[in-house]
Amino acid sequence: MLRPVRLVFGLLATLFLLAPLVAILPLGFTASLFLEYPIPALSLRWMTELFTAEIWRRSIVNSLIVGAGTTLLATVLGTLAALGLRDRLLPLSGIVRIFCLLPMVVPAVVMGVGMQVLFVRLGLANSYLGVIVAHTVVAVPFVLVNVSAALAGIDRRVERAAASLGAAPATVLRTVTLPLALPGILSGAVFAFATSLDEVVLTLFVAGPNQRTLARQMFSTIRENISPAIAAAAFLFIAGTVLVAGAALLVRGRLSARG
Amino acid sequence: MSGLRQRLVALALVLPLLLFLGVFFAWPLVTMSAEAIPQSVVARGLPRTAAAAAAWDRTTPPTEAMREALVADLRAAPDDQALAGVVQTLNSAKSGYRTLIARTVAALRGGEGPADLAAIDRRWADPAFWRPIAAETANTRPDANLLAALDLRRDEDGTIRSLPEGASANRRILVRTFVIAGLVTLACLLIGLPYAMLMASLEGWRRQVLLAAVLLPLWTSLLVRTAAWFILLQDNGPVNGLLRAVGIGALPLIFNRTGVVVAMTHVLLPFMVLPIYSVLLGIPRNLMQAAGSMGAHPIRAFVEVLLPLSARGIVAGALLVFMAAIGYYITPALIGGPQDQMISSIIAFYALQTANWGMASALGLVLLAITIVLYAVYHRLSVDEPGRA
Repeated sequence: MLRPVRLVFGLLATLFLLAPLVAILPLGFTASLFLEYPIPALSLRWMTELFTAEIWRRSIVNSLIVGAGTTLLATVLGTLAALGLRDRLLPLSGIVRIFCLLPMVVPAVVMGVGMQVLFVRLGLANSYLGVIVAHTVVAVPFVLVNVSAALAGIDRRVERAAASLGAAPATVLRTVTLPLALPGILSGAVFAFATSLDEVVLTLFVAGPNQRTLARQMFSTIRENISPAIAAAAFLFIAGTVLVAGAALLVRGRLSARG
Repeated sequence: MSGLRQRLVALALVLPLLLFLGVFFAWPLVTMSAEAIPQSVVARGLPRTAAAAAAWDRTTPPTEAMREALVADLRAAPDDQALAGVVQTLNSAKSGYRTLIARTVAALRGGEGPADLAAIDRRWADPAFWRPIAAETANTRPDANLLAALDLRRDEDGTIRSLPEGASANRRILVRTFVIAGLVTLACLLIGLPYAMLMASLEGWRRQVLLAAVLLPLWTSLLVRTAAWFILLQDNGPVNGLLRAVGIGALPLIFNRTGVVVAMTHVLLPFMVLPIYSVLLGIPRNLMQAAGSMGAHPIRAFVEVLLPLSARGIVAGALLVFMAAIGYYITPALIGGPQDQMISSIIAFYALQTANWGMASALGLVLLAITIVLYAVYHRLSVDEPGRA
């Protein structure tokens, strides 16, 4: 009796979830001046615009710089902390973990106001380092979660076997634990990069005009002079994330094939 | 011994992140909290004048009350040392206060009752010498900004009162934030609960498709999704095209509440679906069949069996969505109109456009406090979850 209702609901809900993603991509290749359907003809003019117009080109470069810095910093800090929190050896490990995950919860605008005021005092305002640091704060919880999950999945007996065969703790870590946790570390790194790429609010507060990222540029373009360049940038965004995620998957595949 | 060593190693591993987040996450929040407290040396040195000057329009000659209050404040000052900070602050705004205050204090010394300030020094008749005092004492109490963030103020006698209707919009925006977040949570629940139930009841590729439809948007950039809704909802966009085609006609969907709720529901729906789904997976399927076989109508079986069992997932999802929604900035900023801006937009406005960090910080503290309380409830629920070590 409920069958058709379920089918219709499932289709409509799936459409609701996926339609926006499907709708935006083709517009990156419109020949029109407007961000509208129907597309009169296909053209690469907006893609070209992204890579030739100084403001877009610059923002792409900035996003890559900030994204790379954030990924590196967040992955190192998050992986180390995940290793340290692994066995709950420390008193208050639970509270430490909650504290480290809090940046996921605190509204970005709240962090932004505090960072804006503090970064001016610390001399980090309007600098690449400031933006990287701000992005790392929101990216690091993702690394911590991913690496912790990977560590939790490691069979402790493998490590004990290595240790009982005479491997020093550092050797066990380097040759057994880290390679086994690498898939989690890679996912964490991808999440960190994606988070940085997508970050707008903190960037608004701490970045100067010279650190305008792609996300920030998209945000102000949607606000001020909407153009199909946004859809082209969105395409780039999705392509970038898929590419990075794909590369991570490839490395993971290689690793598991080797292992 | 080796236990201690292991612990030290663990500490050394955690410490870099702790220090990093201490400096770049906790310190900014502390800085913001400190910014919310107005620091006024003048208000502390001249409390009565500060209270009296609050009502002054800063252009007309100083009021009788202000002059009396200043006389009282200067007489009450224990020594010149207490006024040094006041003089220094006022002097940096306008020179001349050093001699002015010193002369006035000397003239008032030993006297009682009302005194004619303008007779002591002509400068006291000039509003220009009262303006720095009024400006420096505009925020007279440590909680002035916090009160102002909630559209409250302290009267001269210290009682807390609401600002007159229409004087400030903060409370209205706070209510609006809760209304929008509530609408989004409700919409997410109305779509997310049946979706999760459908997903849990299916198997094989059908379930995978539904799961992918939830996860794909989750992995897609928030900005891209918001831009996509901008395109879909615009006046000549595909949604309106469809509405026209089926004969309903174009509706205003963008730069209004509808657009904001639709876009935010889409963005936050996965946070509702996934917790409910994970709880539903743990409920034995034959329970509903059992209820049915005993004669319960499907709706009754749903209300009395499935709903109570999945309540934890529903509450967790609702809290997660509501918590995320009240802090939203990007989506209302891009899809909403002026009447749909939420508390984050106002904070950003104060901080980025008017450089009023006191108000931005006070409103930020309000938002932070609400979020932390919601998170604490959410955390308590998810930790108590049975079967989760």
